[in-house]
Formats: sequence, C-alpha cells, structure tokens
Amino acid sequence: MTHNQDKVIGTGSIILIILMALAVPVAGWRYFNGLGSITNLSDAYPWGFWISFDLFCGVALAAGAFVVAAVVDIFGGKTMKPLLRPAILTGFLGYILVGTALMVDLGQYHRIWYLTWSWNLHSPLFEVGWCVMMYLTVLALEFAPVVLEKFKLEVPLKILKRVSIVLIIAGITLSTMHQSSLGTMLLIMQDKLHPLWHTQILPILFLNTAIAVGIAMVIFESTITMKVFGRPAETAAQGKLAKGLPWVLGIYFIIRIADIAFNGRIGLIFDGSRESLWFWIEMIIGVIIPFFYFLSSKVRSSTPAMFKGALMVMAGVMFNRFIVSWLGIRFPEGSSYVPHIMEIMISAGVVSGGIMAFYLLSRFFPVLSEEH
Amino acid sequence: MFKNSSFLIDITKCIGCRSCQVACKRWNQLEAEKTHNTGGHQNPPLLSAHTWTLIRFKEFEKKEKLHWCFTKVGCMHCEQPACASVCPVGAFTKTETGAVVYNDKVCIGCRYCMIACPFRIPTYEWKKAFPFVKKCTFCFDRQTEGTRPACASACPTGAIAFGTRTEMAKKAHELLKNNPEKYNPHLYGEKEVGGTAVMYLAPKGVEFKELGLPELAERPLPTWTWNALRFVPSQIVVVSAAMAFFYWLTKRKTKKKDVNKEVRHDA
Repeated sequence: MTHNQDKVIGTGSIILIILMALAVPVAGWRYFNGLGSITNLSDAYPWGFWISFDLFCGVALAAGAFVVAAVVDIFGGKTMKPLLRPAILTGFLGYILVGTALMVDLGQYHRIWYLTWSWNLHSPLFEVGWCVMMYLTVLALEFAPVVLEKFKLEVPLKILKRVSIVLIIAGITLSTMHQSSLGTMLLIMQDKLHPLWHTQILPILFLNTAIAVGIAMVIFESTITMKVFGRPAETAAQGKLAKGLPWVLGIYFIIRIADIAFNGRIGLIFDGSRESLWFWIEMIIGVIIPFFYFLSSKVRSSTPAMFKGALMVMAGVMFNRFIVSWLGIRFPEGSSYVPHIMEIMISAGVVSGGIMAFYLLSRFFPVLSEEH
Repeated sequence: MFKNSSFLIDITKCIGCRSCQVACKRWNQLEAEKTHNTGGHQNPPLLSAHTWTLIRFKEFEKKEKLHWCFTKVGCMHCEQPACASVCPVGAFTKTETGAVVYNDKVCIGCRYCMIACPFRIPTYEWKKAFPFVKKCTFCFDRQTEGTRPACASACPTGAIAFGTRTEMAKKAHELLKNNPEKYNPHLYGEKEVGGTAVMYLAPKGVEFKELGLPELAERPLPTWTWNALRFVPSQIVVVSAAMAFFYWLTKRKTKKKDVNKEVRHDA
C-alpha cells in the first residue's frame, strides 16, 4: 500500500474517535433516562432528526451497493468493477449504521427482532424492516469474500462464488423493494404531508432518487478513498457510471412534473410559498444542474468535476428526504422541534463509526485491490 | 359485552366540568401530572401518557356572538385506523367492541402510529427507559364486562352519548333534522377517514376545525399505503425475473464474443 504508514494515527482518525467516544455516554444516558432526556422529541414530534437523517437519508445513500452490483454483475459493466467492493462495503456499513441509530431511537430496541414473528402485512415498515434485515445478510455474504480472501479460506469462497448470482439478484430485488417502500411509509400522511410531495407514486420517486443518490455516493466515496489511500483515481470507472446519472435524473424530472400536472397541482410550484421554494431548490440543485453537468463528457473525464456534481445530487436527495419526513409535514399547531445537540451527537458518532470501519477494513482487507 | 360501540359527543351540551377527564384518570389509574395555567379552562394543556382524554377549550367571537366551546378529545377509534395499519408488529387492533386497542407486549417503539394518526392521539412515555405508547382504550376492559366507558358514565349532561355506531349516527341525524337552528349540519366523524367510532356535533356557526378537529378527506388513510404495498409480490417476481434475464443475456453476449475470438484465432 502506498499509504503513509509511519503515522500511526492521523488527525482525521482522532476526530472520528472523539465523535464516537462522545456518543457513547449520550446513548448511555438515554438508556437509563428515556428518549426525552437527550432529545427534543415530543408527542407532537414523535419523529425527528434521527429518522430523517439516519434512516431516510442513510438508506438512500447506501443504495450504491445495489446499483453498482446491477450494473457490473447483471449488465456486464466490467469496467466499473473496481467500484464494486467499496460500494458494497459502503452499503453494508450504511445499513449497519441505520440499524445502530435505530437501537437508540426505538423505544423498545431490544425487541426489534419481534418483526420476525409478529407480522403486519399491511405495514410498509414491516416490509422495510424485513427487507433491511435480509439485505444486511445478503450484503454480509457479498462482502464475505473480501475477508475470506485475506485468510485464504478456499472452501467457503468457492461456495459463495457458486451462489453469488443468486445473492446479487436477491440484493437488487430487496433493495428496490425497501427503497420504494420507504416512500410508501409516508403515504399514510395524506393529511399532513404537503401536496407537492404526497402522491401515490411516492414509492417510485423514492426508488428513482435512491438510484441517483446511490451513483452519486459511489462517486463521492471512491474519490475520497482513493485520495486517502493515495491511489490513482478511478476516473474511467466513475465516468462510465456517471453516464447513467442524466438518464436517472431526467426520468425523475419527467415523472415528477408529469405527476404534479396530472394531480392538478402545477399551481403549487409557482405560488411563491415556502414549499414551492423548497421544490425549486431541490429540483435545481439536485436534478436540473447535475443533469446538464453530467451530460458533458468533459465532466465525466475529471474526478474532481464529478465529485462536485455528486455532491449536488446528494444534497438534493437528502433535502428531499428531509422534506418528506420532516419539513414538509404539518405538525400540530403550537408545537415546535429543533433537534437537541445530543441527537446530533448520536448521529455524528454513528457516522464516524461507519467511516472509521470503512477506513480500517479498506486498509487491512483487499477492498480496493486492483486484481478484483 | 358491547359491540360496534360509539360515542356521540354533543358539544352544545358540554359544560366543561371535566368529570370525564377525572373519571378516565381514576379508572385507568393514571398518574397526576404537573400542569400550568394556560389562561383558559383547558387543563392540562395537552394529551399525554397520563392524560388520555381532555376537554379542549376554545373561545371566540363570531358575528358578535361569543362562542364558548368545550370539546372532549381523545382517540377517535377509527373504523379503518391508520395506527393499526402502519404498526410493523401489529400492536393495534380494531376490536369487535369498536375500540382500537394497543398491545404493549409486542410494541417495538418505532412511533409510526403517532405520526400516522390523523388526530395525533397516541402519546409516548418520553421519560421512561422502556417507554410505551399510551392512548384512550375506549374502556375496552369495561366494555367487555358490559359497562359503559368511564367518561360516558361520568358525564352529568349527557354530552357523551354511548351506543352502537348505527344508533348514534341515527340519533345525530335526528337531532340535526329537528334542531337545524342549534347545530352545525355536519356530523363529524361519520365519514372522515372512512368513519370514526367517536362522532361530534358542533353548535351552529362553529366550524369543526375551529374546535381543533382537523379537516379530513373521506378516503381511509390505509388505502394510500395499501395501494402501493399490494404491488410488492409482483415487484418481487418482476425485478428478480428481469435481473435473471439480463444476466443471462449478458452471459450469452460475452460467450459469443469469446467464441468469435476463438474462431478468429483458428483462421
């Protein structure tokens, strides 16, 4: 590895460790004194920052794993293969982070496995929960070869190789299911969610944006890792993957506008309200600019340029998730919610843990190896 | 045991004595809570894990007439409850009595019920290490024993009428027909979100939303989620089949390429 090995621990690692360490006593406090002791959540705001950021943004950002798996293993995009393992690791860790955050957010966190025997087929969250549990297993198995290779365990490697296509197809199916069902979850709020965002096709829009942000996240993550590990940027592979973005964003734009028009709500995007402004911010930063930006082959042949475009897409989709799960919802009159600093500390600690795990695994296991 | 129970709450009859609030606390043995004066008759100011029903007080002037309105709020016991449909572990059940009942034995604490409820009724034990959702049970326990809910039996003016939903709706429509000068002609809860077991009559000239009862469509909320969820089985089949097909197609293409290469080699 060309990585600078003489420094045992860098500034980045120190910051991550501090953020992780800070979250531990905060979580501990919650486990004894309840959610009210570390959050500003209330009966009026039962969901807050954790649900919007950790769950809704987290799951969307982890979509890169299934998108790259589909492109490489199903559609034969061999040139993008170097992006596959880091994308799978990002997805795997991403879902672990979502799970970890839920262990703090859920009131009865120790009962999360009750989903396995107490069923409600009418609940979108039941489906999301099941899909995430199964997809975590699939991701663990998809990532397992990396660990097995390191320890040269040939027999399980062979078995995994045999079933790998089944795992990949299962992973893609499970992903399309829960990425869209996260949108279904919000459909129940027909009376509360702003009509610019509440639409029966919300699940489709969710899947569509998850694919876009999945691609963006892979570009983002691969740019940073290559820099951190002092390796040549994967510009060619990134560029090939980025070619899909104008398609995904263009389709999103068309369905979004067509749906708003179909529901007779075009007026709402021009009424000058706060929500119409949000709509345009999301559309312009997250969709329209990146659409034209990624059309250019000049952009697609420069890692720094693609990195900037990826940031825009990520900002747009994250803003979208914050709107549909928080900002765009009508909460009871007279109530208010600003996340407590300790809520942010938990999320920061969890994300730091993920970055740290990504760093360590990439450093000591063949995640970025060229031969794969 | 009562079946398909319902409340018809006549706001014109409520004098704001809060006997219902007290009766609810006593029957369900709910803790007292520290409260503060909000300048009206409403006390405590909000529903909470310890207060499952509440008299909401509204005072306003309209057409030079002063309206003093007391609205008993609590779980509406919807015919097609959003809470029950979204709960991932099925902790809520619409029972035969008409009560929507919560089972704390399976609750995982996701609070989806709280955000889904169109009336924002479920509350949470925010200070507990292992919190549960709390809300009005429609005195399910009393009803199964053949006794009226505590609030209804405590009401001194008959503002909380109790009976089957059909009876209560009939009674309401009779009242509306015979006293058009007294009532707002709408029976709230008859059709909102597919109908609720708790229905309200308001005084003439007073809108329900002015009393804090939200304006809602007639379409039951769970139909929105189900309209998407019902496609999941086909989604599973279509996506996995499509992926398998494209995989096969890709494989065939690469094989052909390899064969072509070999042919060229031979030549």
